[in-house]
Amino acid sequence: MRAWTVLALAALCVPASVHAQPQGTASSRARDVAPIDLTGYWVSYVTENWRYRMVTPAKGEYRRIPVSPAGVPIINAWDPSADERAGNQCKSFGAGAIMNVPGRLHITWQDADTLRVDTDAGTQTRLFRFTTARASSAPKPSWQGESTARWEQVAAPEKGGSLRVVTSNLRAGYLRKNGVPYSERATVSEHFDISPLPDGGQLLLVTTIVEDPVYLNAPYITSPHFKKEPDGSRWDPTPCSSKW
Amino acid sequence: MLIEVVTRLVHRVRPVGGPHKAALAYRVALRRDSGEGGRSLLTLIVVLVARTACAQAAPTVVPSQFEIAGSWAPLATEDVQNDSVPVDYLGLALTDEGRTRALAYDESQKSMIERQCQGWGAAYAVLGPFGLRISSQSDPATKRVVSYTIDAWEDWMGMTIWMDGRPRPSENALHTQAGFTIGRWEGGALAARTTHMKVGFIRKTGVPLSDQATLDWRFFRHDDLLTVLLVARDPAYLVEPEIISKSFRLSKVPLDFRDPCVPGFEGREPGDSVPHFAADENPFLDEFIKLFHLPREAVLGYRETLYPEYRKKIKDTYVPPPPCTEDCGVSGNFVRRRGPTP
Repeated sequence: MRAWTVLALAALCVPASVHAQPQGTASSRARDVAPIDLTGYWVSYVTENWRYRMVTPAKGEYRRIPVSPAGVPIINAWDPSADERAGNQCKSFGAGAIMNVPGRLHITWQDADTLRVDTDAGTQTRLFRFTTARASSAPKPSWQGESTARWEQVAAPEKGGSLRVVTSNLRAGYLRKNGVPYSERATVSEHFDISPLPDGGQLLLVTTIVEDPVYLNAPYITSPHFKKEPDGSRWDPTPCSSKW
Repeated sequence: MLIEVVTRLVHRVRPVGGPHKAALAYRVALRRDSGEGGRSLLTLIVVLVARTACAQAAPTVVPSQFEIAGSWAPLATEDVQNDSVPVDYLGLALTDEGRTRALAYDESQKSMIERQCQGWGAAYAVLGPFGLRISSQSDPATKRVVSYTIDAWEDWMGMTIWMDGRPRPSENALHTQAGFTIGRWEGGALAARTTHMKVGFIRKTGVPLSDQATLDWRFFRHDDLLTVLLVARDPAYLVEPEIISKSFRLSKVPLDFRDPCVPGFEGREPGDSVPHFAADENPFLDEFIKLFHLPREAVLGYRETLYPEYRKKIKDTYVPPPPCTEDCGVSGNFVRRRGPTP
């Protein structure tokens, strides 16, 4: 029995998806099979939604966001000072909004199966876990929630691919600085794609889909983009602020 | 029975898109163990715990090409042209010449009968409000795709993306509104480049794009979502590329575009002079700035305003506009509060 058990266990921990790996690759760790390299420093290039991202829009404006009737009173009651007093100054830096906040990303591998995204705006950390192991008890909701990640790899002999991330278990936050809400039941789905720039640089495109059965009538979809930077010399962490 | 239960459990923890090899291994192991009662159960528990701990979201293999033909409905969740207020160059990095030309533009030009149906250039595919109706054309002999066509709208000339490897024409070849576009599949996306465009616009408010401009496109498909990335470069009018990304949702019904443009009298007689402003006397210069309390250098398209450092720079001086309380547009927007045309 023992031999068969060992064999079965070995089969489990060996590449779960042998056929999905590039030929000649033995490892199944997410870092080793990454079809694209997202690591490095990236800076927001704010050519879209400028008025909603670079400055705080007027209270009550939620243009372009499919807000449900339940969301409107929250929008009209927005009080950044109250948020600050309640320790909720990171509400507009949660996973539902953080990629749209102008700033820099520093993407690294925390370990072979966890991609770490640090943001200097709001000094936030997101962890994209490629393993499906769960903690024994459900963690408390947080600004960045729990993210599971998966590579989408283009079939050989082509190279390239994409990263898909799904995030839930979020603390309620704001989609926009002026208090347009998402609830704890929101889910954020993201696709990370890389495109070469004609001048030799690289662009990171993050197609972001926020779904919220409470405060949204339809998915809220944005696609912020980032330029790759050669190093972290412009990395400038700043704390969350509900007023800025 | 036990084997089936275990197999089902194994499938439940199997990563999305993964194979069934692990499940088969369980079956073999469990069949071997099937006569050993408690030990089998123990094995099952150990196996499940191990499988859960080791479960890995292995890469999903996606085709190197995708079906792009179809109707793609626009999603109005991103502002590309902002509010179409005349002097609004937010999110652009303009040269001084580009800014001057933009400020000299009067939107009444589009009321001239000879310009009403002029349409907009290729970039309007992602700048405009419409969806994309895309079809493919095949070689009747080889059945290989020769081109993709994005159908025209009322005020857009459409676009053909040539996929057959044909060479780009001479620099001196005809320049058109649509330009000339060559595409190829690259890294799971459709990449294309447009050249040979006539002088046109990168924004409807009159921000120009020269005939030396190049548009680089990348079409990404994720399930029913098509995200189109546009990188516009122009040595004459842009200091840095203008980058637009816009998403579309696959439509279950074909998009229905309106009838072709039919010119009519809009207050300008044939032969009237071309409406324009002296760049430093544009009467709309301050409208957007006042309406939303925006910094002048941002509204006028200065490069530094595109980067996060600029946000920190204006942090202590920017004051948001007060809430809109009367005659507000959709979603609390201020545009309807605009004053009369100067």
